[in-house]
Amino acid sequence: MQPRCFQIQPQDNVATLLDGASGTVRVLGAQPQEIQLLEKIAPGHKVALRDIAAGDAVIKFGARIGHASQPIKRGAWVHLHNLASDLDERSGTLDLHSGAPTDSASAYV
Amino acid sequence: MSSKTSKLHLESGRADLPVGRDARPHGPTGEDESLLTSAATSSWPGYLRPDGRKGVRNVVLVIYTVECAQHVAHAVANGEPDVHVIGFPGCYDNAYAIRLMLALARHPNVGAVLAVGLGCEYTQPEKIAGTVRASGRPAEWFFIQQSGGTRASVAKGKEIVSRLREQIRRETPRAPMTLADLVVGCECGGSDATSGLAGNPAVGAFFDLLVEAGGRAIFEETVEMIGLRRHMLARAASPEAARQVGDAYDKAARYCQSVRQYSVSPGNFAGGLTTIEEKSLGAFAKSGSRPIQGVIRVAEAPRGPGLWMLDSVPDEHYMQFGYTNPNDTEGIMDLISTGAQIILFVTGRGSVIGSPIAPLIKITGNSATYRAMPDDMDFDAGRVLSGEPTLAQAGHELAALVLRVAQGEPSKPESLDHREYFIMYKHQNTPALDAGCRA
Repeated sequence: MQPRCFQIQPQDNVATLLDGASGTVRVLGAQPQEIQLLEKIAPGHKVALRDIAAGDAVIKFGARIGHASQPIKRGAWVHLHNLASDLDERSGTLDLHSGAPTDSASAYV
Repeated sequence: MSSKTSKLHLESGRADLPVGRDARPHGPTGEDESLLTSAATSSWPGYLRPDGRKGVRNVVLVIYTVECAQHVAHAVANGEPDVHVIGFPGCYDNAYAIRLMLALARHPNVGAVLAVGLGCEYTQPEKIAGTVRASGRPAEWFFIQQSGGTRASVAKGKEIVSRLREQIRRETPRAPMTLADLVVGCECGGSDATSGLAGNPAVGAFFDLLVEAGGRAIFEETVEMIGLRRHMLARAASPEAARQVGDAYDKAARYCQSVRQYSVSPGNFAGGLTTIEEKSLGAFAKSGSRPIQGVIRVAEAPRGPGLWMLDSVPDEHYMQFGYTNPNDTEGIMDLISTGAQIILFVTGRGSVIGSPIAPLIKITGNSATYRAMPDDMDFDAGRVLSGEPTLAQAGHELAALVLRVAQGEPSKPESLDHREYFIMYKHQNTPALDAGCRA
């Protein structure tokens, strides 16, 4: 079966992967289409459905979940490395894969 | 009867049904307004209470006033149809718990009350019965210590509840109800990744329909909405509503700081969530897209039609905050205390709880859970993730299910006799019940 991702609201510029995938993915939900992934993306993670300029809003649930901290291409993985919270400055410092904090290493010594 | 045809319309599950002119600016645009209109006017006989509210059930509620009376209360209700139990375990009383019990005792789905005490606790069953009688409902009470102990009290209680049940079956006036008479609350628990993607958005789509039809929709769990202050204020219906939402949000944030409890963790990030806004929006999605009319507190009814936020977070107090919702059932009690006749419960992993007084409808965003627990799950919102039905269609299907339950069809937890309840010590500066709103 072709891997799938899900777009909740039509104005969302990201979709959530329902299956881990690389290559072509079927977008289900608000605006069904196909999208070519630029990299491998794990299930539960997000893919950009459109090009997003640095500083522009990233939209999911029809609402702003933060802003692009660098330009994001359609098909790219959207996560801590290119999407920043508008509120929580710390999220940009978390480890991209584990989500673990990297700014408090000295506290564990 | 007109309800017949409108029900059929609803159950046809047609695509792109309207959700109201300005409900969802980007959502499906309405071509067929009549479908919503027919849902809104679909009517069925409800139970009319003296305060004008209407119930979808007519139950006798047994209330115990201390843990020591719990066994007798349950033995009284055991095997009795339409007899539910709630109670407060503490011997020392608590204003919040009493307000909550009195709100539940005068709930639109409750026709009569029997209050059972041991005989030496603070909370007074006689006062509970008196307050319920003042609301125009039959009510009785007794102390176990004055009734000959366990066996004699159970027999006495059974005689009373069967008499009360017969009385309200005979005497409760019926009146036509529509969606506009419904108050529906929503809670989520046992969540997984599908709750934010499908389960909660499906409830949001239904809440938009309910509000459009003139009904009342209630969401809570404000401590799971951290990061959304601006977003929530933008949804406020008025400057006063914005002040109330801002105050409730700020208190929830102080609560989280005070108890060092935030709802986001490294595991959330590893699972694909990137920002606190994103995580919180998954919980907030159950509120739909309509304006928030204001904030109500535990045991307060919504002050008008529309979407309302329930603040069940304890207030700052000399005992500090205490705990907010220690389990899902506690939050459900708070929702029912607002007069909600039906509760929607979104669960991804598959919770099995039910509730007394107001039927609980179990919604899962996870189709595998729906298949794995067929006796417990009422609604499979996970189908949305396969592209069929759309969210808007799922909202309409949910409306049809809510209407069937409102018309008497038992929900899954109801048919399994799941009637969990939980009333605890908490502090909230709620005003007098009858005042209706805060000063």
